[in-house]
Amino acid sequence: MTRSRFAAFLLFAFFAIVANAQPVTDEAVVEQRLAKLSHELRCLQCRNQTLAESPAGLAEDLRREIRVQIRAGKTDQEIIAFLTQRYGDFILYRPRVSATTYLLWFGPFVVLLVGMILLFLYIKQRRDSITEQPMTDDDHRRAEELLASGKETA
Amino acid sequence: MLRYLVLIPLALFLLLVVFLAFGLRRDPNELPSVLINKPAPAFRLPQLKEPTKTFSAEEMRGKVWLLNVWASWCIGCREEHESLLEYSKSGVVPIYGLNYKDKTDDALGWLRDLGDPYVLSAVDADGRVAIDYGVYGAPETYLIDQNGTIRFKQVGPLMPDIWEEKVLPLVQELNRQGTK
Repeated sequence: MTRSRFAAFLLFAFFAIVANAQPVTDEAVVEQRLAKLSHELRCLQCRNQTLAESPAGLAEDLRREIRVQIRAGKTDQEIIAFLTQRYGDFILYRPRVSATTYLLWFGPFVVLLVGMILLFLYIKQRRDSITEQPMTDDDHRRAEELLASGKETA
Repeated sequence: MLRYLVLIPLALFLLLVVFLAFGLRRDPNELPSVLINKPAPAFRLPQLKEPTKTFSAEEMRGKVWLLNVWASWCIGCREEHESLLEYSKSGVVPIYGLNYKDKTDDALGWLRDLGDPYVLSAVDADGRVAIDYGVYGAPETYLIDQNGTIRFKQVGPLMPDIWEEKVLPLVQELNRQGTK
């Protein structure tokens, strides 16, 4: 009895979930992919804005074009290739790692490394230039004298 | 050795100066075009003055020609217009217009008021063809050779200095090669 009631509950729950689940429309998927892509792309008119943020006419046109291509079943890579063939790598908001951008990507680390090496050499040289000079008995006596005289004046 | 280390900041500073000197001379609005030495994208568009007729880049095979992207709302286009009229009058190279995202009435009014340097203008009302050409700011001008290859691109007004230095020599060279 309780078991069949539980089964009925499960069945009911199943249908409730299925009924509630919004069918994901194609258009929603298109908009989602457009949003993701256009955040990765630069607006060529406003330069410091992504295609998603820019209100410029060209950005609007490019968003429309991307939408058309998504609907046509193009992959993200194909769409990005389409755009870079026309506008160059500049349209990518995040610079591509390529021979021309190695300096941009890795330059700071090289500078850091060079700085660390120079710092190391500098510290090493300073340490080497300090030579221990053992105190002679004479020095000890003078130190004692100085300390004693210091006490008196204080 | 330490004595030479002192020179490092100076060397770095000089390096920075060199980079900045080059950086300041470059026009930040100019992007390297990826379309140079690539085939000019094909299109077939209605003509501005005779909307029933079309114009296609294919028709220009065997000729050296300029494609000038313009619009009546474009300030830079106004700047270069006077010069375009002169280039056109000189007859060195035919100039074809690509009327970019413009209203037909405005475009026709512009040509009537300011003069028409174009053999004809093709209408790219929604800017789709301009995307194929990588247009990101009118005016832009493309020099296309006999084989339909883009040989030169000017972003921004095509002023007489660029015309004299870049376009004219290239047109003359292309024409020489073509007649051989």
